[in-house]
Amino acid sequence: MGVRGGARLYAAVAVRGFRRYATYRVATLAGVFTNTVFGFVVAYTYTALWSVRPRLGGYDLPQAVTFVWLGQGLLMATALLGGGNESELVERIRSGDVAIDLCRPANLQLWWLATDLGRAAFHLVGRGVLPMAAASLVFRLAWPSGVAAWGCFLVSVALGVVVSFAIRYLVALTSFWLLDGAGVLLMAALLATFFSGMVLPLTVFPGWLGTLARALPWSAQLQVPADVFLGRHRGTGVLWALAFQAGWAVVLLGAGQLVQSVATRKVVVQGG
Amino acid sequence: MDALIQLDGVRKEFEVRRRAGLLRRERRTVRAVDGLSFEVARGEMVGYIGPNGAGKSTTIKMLTGILVPSGGRLSVAGVDPSRERTRLARRIGVVFGQRTTLWWDLPLRDSYELVRRIYRIARDRYTANLEACVELLDLAELLDVPVRQLSLGQRMRADIAAALLHDPEVLYLDEPTIGLDVVSKAKVREFLRQVNTERATTVLLTTHDLTDIEQLCRRVMVIDHGRLVYDGGLDGLHAVGESERTLVVDFERELPPVNIDGARAVRTEGPRQWLAFPAAASAAPLVAELAARYPLVDLSIREPAIEDVIARMYGGRDEASRLPG
Repeated sequence: MGVRGGARLYAAVAVRGFRRYATYRVATLAGVFTNTVFGFVVAYTYTALWSVRPRLGGYDLPQAVTFVWLGQGLLMATALLGGGNESELVERIRSGDVAIDLCRPANLQLWWLATDLGRAAFHLVGRGVLPMAAASLVFRLAWPSGVAAWGCFLVSVALGVVVSFAIRYLVALTSFWLLDGAGVLLMAALLATFFSGMVLPLTVFPGWLGTLARALPWSAQLQVPADVFLGRHRGTGVLWALAFQAGWAVVLLGAGQLVQSVATRKVVVQGG
Repeated sequence: MDALIQLDGVRKEFEVRRRAGLLRRERRTVRAVDGLSFEVARGEMVGYIGPNGAGKSTTIKMLTGILVPSGGRLSVAGVDPSRERTRLARRIGVVFGQRTTLWWDLPLRDSYELVRRIYRIARDRYTANLEACVELLDLAELLDVPVRQLSLGQRMRADIAAALLHDPEVLYLDEPTIGLDVVSKAKVREFLRQVNTERATTVLLTTHDLTDIEQLCRRVMVIDHGRLVYDGGLDGLHAVGESERTLVVDFERELPPVNIDGARAVRTEGPRQWLAFPAAASAAPLVAELAARYPLVDLSIREPAIEDVIARMYGGRDEASRLPG
C-alpha cells in the first residue's frame, strides 16, 4: 500500500471514530456536566491547598487552577482515567471479533490508533472546550500568550493522545493471553491517573519519585501539555518537551507493533 | 484443474489447559485440524459442513491467514495466507455470520465508503458493485440507517455486500444464514448463486443449514474431528452415509409384515406398511414383486432427509474432546 493511500485510509477511519462519538450528544452533555462539577470541586480544593502553600510545585494560584481545568478538559481526550477505545478492543479479542479486524488489509495498531485519534478529537472539542469556558467565567485562568504557544499546546495534546493510545493498546493486547482484560485495564487506569499528574501536578512530588514520575510516559498525557499551555518552558525548552513526548510515542508504538506480531502469530483467535 | 485453494496435510494444534485439582493444571494438545488435504478450483462453490467443533472455522481462519497452521502446506491464489495475510486480504472476502465488519453507530453507507478506501476500489467499479448489491440484496432503504438499528437479516445482507465490493476472487462464508428467517435465507441464497455464476467468484460455504448446501453447492466436503470424511457430490452422501429410502405401501387389508428380498418392514399400521431399502438400489423390482405377491392399493417413496444422512456420519463422536473452532 502506498503511503498516501494508507494515510487517506487511516484519515477516513479517524473521521468515523469522530462521528461515532458525535452521534451521542446527550451522553456528551452529561459528561460535560460531570466534568464541570468535578472541576469546581477540585479547583476549590487546589485553591485551599495553594493558599496554605503558595507556589507549590512552582505554580502560582491561577496556574494551579488552570492545571485542574486542563485535567478536566483533557480527561477524555488523553484518557486520563482510562476509557478510550481499549475496552472495546479487549472485548473484541475476548469474543473473537478481532478476527474480522485481522481479515482487513490494514495494520491493526494503526487502525485502532486512527479510531482513537478520531475519538480524542471529538472529546477535545465536546468534553474539553465547554468545561474550560465555564471555568473561565468563575476563575482567573492562565492562558497561553500568542498563536505559537497555542500551536505548541495542540501539538503536545496530539502527542499526548498518541502516547496514551500506545500504552492502552499494549495493555489491551495482553488480553490475547489473559483473555479477561478487566484487571489490567483497571490497573492501567490507576497508573495513568496518578502518573499523568491528574491527582496532583508531578512537579509537586519531591526527590526520586518526582523525577521518576516526570520521566515516565504517562506525564505526556497531562503534565507536559499543561506545562506547555502554562508557558513553563523557556525558549527551546518547549521543543524538548515535545521531543520527550514524541520519543515515548515512537518507543511505545514500536513495542505495540512487536507485541502485536507475536500476539497474532502465536495466539488462538477465540470462538467458532 | 486450476486450483485456487490448495491444502496439503494441514494441521492445527491448540494447547488447552485444564484444571486438574486445586492448583494443578493439566496441559493437553488438541488437534482441531488433523491432516486436511483438498483443492478447490476457481469458480467452484463448495459446501463445507461438519458438527460444532469439527474444525470448520479453524480451517477458514487458516485460509484467511489469521491462524498459522501447525503443519502442512496451504495456499490460496498462490499465496501462503499466514505469511502474506495483508496482501491476500485484498483478494478475498470473508463473512463471519455471527460477527460484523460494519460500524455499529454509523449509517450503513459510511461503512461501505470505508470499504472503498480499505481496498482502494476505483470509483466507477465501487459504484457499479454497490448498485448491484443494493438491488439484489434489497439494501436501498437501509443505506442511511445506523447499523445498530438493522434487523439480523438486514445486517447479514449488509455484511455480505461489504465483503463483495472489492471483487474478491474467493469468498469465505461462515454461516451466512444463521438465525435468518425463510425469506431472508432465500434472498441470500439467490444472491450467492448469482455471485458465483455471474462473477465466477469461488465460494467456500460453511453452514449448519443443509438446505443452503442442497440449493447452492454441487460439491460438499464433510469434516469431523479435523479430518475430511467426505468430499464429493451431494448424491454420493447417501451412498456413503448408508442411507435408506422408504417405500410406503397400502394393502387392501391388514397383513403381517411382508417378507421380501432387498427390503425390510420397519413399521406396520393397519393396512399400511413402511419398507426400508438401500438408497442406492432401484425401487422398480421391489414394486414389481410387491404387486405380484400382495393385494396392492397404493404406494409412495420417501427420500431420506439429508440431515439424517449427515447425522449418521457424525455418529460415534466423543463430545469431551471438542474445541471451539
